[in-house]
Order: sequence, then C-alpha cells, then structure tokens
Amino acid sequence: MVYEERNIWASLIVSVIGMIVYIVVVLQQAGGRPLTEVDWVPIMLWTIGGGIVAAIVLSIVWGLIAGARDPDGVGRTDQRDRDIARMSIRVGQAFLVIAGLGVIVLCAFEADWFWIANCMFFGFAASSIIGGIASVVAYRRGLA
Amino acid sequence: MVKPTKVTNTIRAVRESAGMTQAELARQVGVTRQTLIAIEQGRYSPTLELAFQLARAFGVGLDDLFDYPVEES
Repeated sequence: MVYEERNIWASLIVSVIGMIVYIVVVLQQAGGRPLTEVDWVPIMLWTIGGGIVAAIVLSIVWGLIAGARDPDGVGRTDQRDRDIARMSIRVGQAFLVIAGLGVIVLCAFEADWFWIANCMFFGFAASSIIGGIASVVAYRRGLA
Repeated sequence: MVKPTKVTNTIRAVRESAGMTQAELARQVGVTRQTLIAIEQGRYSPTLELAFQLARAFGVGLDDLFDYPVEES
C-alpha cells in the first residue's frame, strides 16, 4: 500500500468512526427530547477536532510501521496519486453541493440552527467518506 | 465508426527480457512500484510524459511499448 493510500484509509476510518460517535452522542444527549434541544455545538467541534487529530496520528503511526518495512516508499507520491486525488475531489464535491443546496432550503424555511449546521456537517462527512471510498476503489481496481 | 478502447502495453514482457525488476524500473522513472504494477496490469494509463520515460528506459519508441487498438463497428 502506497503512502497516499494509507492516508486515505486513515482518513476514511476516522471519518466513519467519528460520524458514528457523533450520532450516538447526540442521540444520547437528546434522551427522547427533540434533537433541536441538544447542545450540539461542543459535540460537533470535538468531533471535527478529534477527527483531524486522530487522522494525523493514525497516518503517522501507520507510516512508521509501513516505513520500517519499506523505507523507500515513505512519503512518496506520483502521478497516479495525483490523478486519484483529483477524481476523489470531483466525486466528493457533489455531496458538498447537495449539502449547500440543503442549507439554502433549510434557511428559506427558517429551520432550526441544529438542522442547518448538521446538514452542512453531514455534507462534509459524506464528501469525505464517499471521496475516500472512490479513492480506495481506484487504488485497488484501477483508475478508468 | 471507430470506438475508443483501452491503451495496452508490453512493459512487463520488455522489462523481463531486459532483466529489470519492477522496483528498479519504478525508481528509474520516478513512480512507486505499485503504480508500475497498475500500469503493467492495465489498471492505470500513464500520462504521456510517463509513457515517454518508460519507453526511454528501455531505449525503444512509444509504439514498441504501447498500443491503442481501435475497434471497428
């Protein structure tokens, strides 16, 4: 597995776990009350911050282990990595656009801030996760 | 009507006849071994620059290494 693919796997694993943890914590905090009454801001900020730190730590640790086995491959990227990254951004961007449109619609209907923020948050998450899956598939099955 | 098909290559055969390993060729053209494997297996079409570098590594022309067959229909 090349350096960039490891980073994508690290980001993908952290994103999926982060989203599951976020949903569980929000539902637990709600405890049967309406979701809009949950103090979602600290939970969301901790999820975003924790996710960034966890992805960096996982990449470094994974890189150290892989680097010990294949010192030549550490930190190396090439044209295929750049082509896959471009494709991944293109795939992920669609979900950001959908989330952005969702935010506009929610604002138009004066929805609670909880729904507006979470619409964008899940858009970022979907963009990252779907883009990551597309990258992993491209690394494994080939880039058409 | 001419339908486009995938670019095919004979890199593996040429490399093996030159007695070169994947790691050596990858290092020479500046890509990872995994990228070279993907090219050899037809899972990734190299850029024009990389295609030229691969051809030069063996001292052959592009046509000797790559083929772009067209399908008549």
